[in-house]
Amino acid sequence: MIRDHFRVLRVDLSTGRGQIEEIDGRNACAGGSGLAALLFGRLGFPDRTWEDPEQPLIFAIGPLTGYFPLMSKVVCAFKSPYHDQYAESHGGGRAALSLRFADLDALVITGKARRPSCVVVGSRTLEVKDVHYLWGKSVQRTGQMLRRMVGGSGHRSILRIGPAGENRSAMACINVDTYRHFGRLGGGAVMGAKNLKAIVIVGDASFDLPAGKEYTPLFQKIYGQLTETSMMDKYHNLGTPINVAVLNGIRALPCRNLQRTSDEAISGITGETFAERTLLRNTACSGCPVGCIHLGFVREKFSEPNQYLYRQVTYDHEPIFAMGAMLSVVDAFQVLTLLEIAEKAGLDVMSAGVALAWATEAFEKGLLSEKETLTPLKFGDARAYGLAVKHLGTGANDFYRLLGQGTLKAAAKYGGMDFACVLGQEMGGYATGEVFFVSQALGLRHSHLDAGGYSYDQKQKGKDLAQAVEFLVDDEKARVLLTSMVSCLFAREVYKEAVLADCLNAVGYRDLAQGMDSVARRIQKMRWESRLKTGFDPASVKIPERFKQVVTWKGPLDTNYLDALQKAYTQRIREIAKSEESGSP
Amino acid sequence: MKILSTPRMERCIGCHSCSLACARLVHKRLSWDTAGIRIRSTGGFSTGFEAKPCLACDPAPCAAVCPTGAYSQRKDGGVVVKKKLCIRCGACARACPVDAIYLEPSGEPFVCIHCGRCVEFCPHDCLEMVEAPASMAVDEGRKEARP
Repeated sequence: MIRDHFRVLRVDLSTGRGQIEEIDGRNACAGGSGLAALLFGRLGFPDRTWEDPEQPLIFAIGPLTGYFPLMSKVVCAFKSPYHDQYAESHGGGRAALSLRFADLDALVITGKARRPSCVVVGSRTLEVKDVHYLWGKSVQRTGQMLRRMVGGSGHRSILRIGPAGENRSAMACINVDTYRHFGRLGGGAVMGAKNLKAIVIVGDASFDLPAGKEYTPLFQKIYGQLTETSMMDKYHNLGTPINVAVLNGIRALPCRNLQRTSDEAISGITGETFAERTLLRNTACSGCPVGCIHLGFVREKFSEPNQYLYRQVTYDHEPIFAMGAMLSVVDAFQVLTLLEIAEKAGLDVMSAGVALAWATEAFEKGLLSEKETLTPLKFGDARAYGLAVKHLGTGANDFYRLLGQGTLKAAAKYGGMDFACVLGQEMGGYATGEVFFVSQALGLRHSHLDAGGYSYDQKQKGKDLAQAVEFLVDDEKARVLLTSMVSCLFAREVYKEAVLADCLNAVGYRDLAQGMDSVARRIQKMRWESRLKTGFDPASVKIPERFKQVVTWKGPLDTNYLDALQKAYTQRIREIAKSEESGSP
Repeated sequence: MKILSTPRMERCIGCHSCSLACARLVHKRLSWDTAGIRIRSTGGFSTGFEAKPCLACDPAPCAAVCPTGAYSQRKDGGVVVKKKLCIRCGACARACPVDAIYLEPSGEPFVCIHCGRCVEFCPHDCLEMVEAPASMAVDEGRKEARP
């Protein structure tokens, strides 16, 4: 629905009731990341902890959601249990189109339910259901039950948490439609703290097409670019795991808790191997013809003779890096098995894998014993890691509960800060060099997707400080515009600024189309304001020693350049947050 | 006349491009629902997807029960719908044996018209326009063959 304001549903779990609000600001902050920051500014409590029941959990879509291909993501924003600061996490599946067809620009959950609950929303539905019987159930089982309990098959999205979220692990994700996630920074724990086991969004409205003749041919043109050219081949073919062999080849793949940047046995877990040996099929987020979601299988012999079960598990570069390369688990089926255990528990597989890599090295060095880890941890021992992932998900003892709050928190107690592979949160799967490390360590989401630092490291040979920092700032701005529309970032080569302007014009957001640059700057500022107001100090981020020992194809890491980058980027972040660009409308 | 068929649904990735194209191009709507072809999972994403298309019955039960003549039999299967004649009674949707007709909350029906506009939007070639098979109607004048 094209409108000059935002239509937001606020659901208060304390009362079980909701309220539709019409909020101004469309031309100032677009939607998605911008709308989330706007709503957090209005509804969030920077000085209260993340667990405060009144803190909002925000899901926002953008002005182009559902109108064009790959406009298929949702921005989830909350005060994070990981660092008790403002956070964004992005997810796909059917969630974006479900919100669009529920006729909502954003869904905001506040309050805490008295009993474990499920919120069901649609264009003509709002219900807070008591689902105490689902508490403790795995992500998969919860999904199965809810599919039976709520109508709208095919045109709905089911968001749910597993035991990790119930236990308030800062590594708990929100699972979206089985194979996608709001993965990072602990959104699952926010739901757990609200006694919110699941959210079902039913997309049951339909709308007239935008007036004018531009829309349909423009859709056709963009659809053609996405499906008939080679632009999206990488994602459709091997998918992101194509990066595993590439990064290993240039000595930029974090391996064995970043003790190495390549592994001789990597051929067991490359994208090519996953495709040849494990790939069952691809699937897609709604509204995306690319189909980048790769589903592999694991087969388990559960009794003799020849009694097997099989499971389908989604894989990508980041999960393979975290549960494979970082743990020296170099068998594709073993990696899928670990991923499946983490999925059931509702853990962010990236943080879980990197945290266990640290725990393994700490165990080897004698900082941890079996008293803490409950099973001896050894690089390459997939069976032990299977148990450890379960322990991490359930919070089996004090050690695993602390580790679930973040590797640095466990390292602060047990030692091993130097080799904790944390850049704001557990690292992404790139050991490309200084710019990426600073980009993730200081980035707003602490995500490899905040800005293309990994790409800059590979393309730029020099060490021009100003150029690198401006790249991070400008690339973040460009990405923020996309995540305010809300586009999948895989489509960033298609949705350049001029194309976005055409799209906004075609659906009737002409003012927004004219002011995109200032809108992007404003959103960038609003997000950093929210982050800094909730306590983030980029100067205080410590990049652990392990990163400074990295050797890539370019040679040893330049620690002077790394430190200078951090200082210069810190300065720019502070300038952005204080810039003249008018903030919240 | 050709009819829409869904011969390769095992390839479906659940992107909904077909439904969205039908809604956009045929019915001038942005919608998952107001479309002649709709996609659902067969029990969660892990089990694959199925289409809910019109099977081009001949004779079509929906046309047979339509009390106002809004639905009429399409040559070689399926129906032709004249929305102006429709009184939103919903009898068509109830008569459809395969749940291929979607009723808006207002009662407006949406069913496949076998135009084939959706086919080119399927990235995995799941859909195809094919010649309609010979009529399956019962030929009451036909004599049973006897040895």
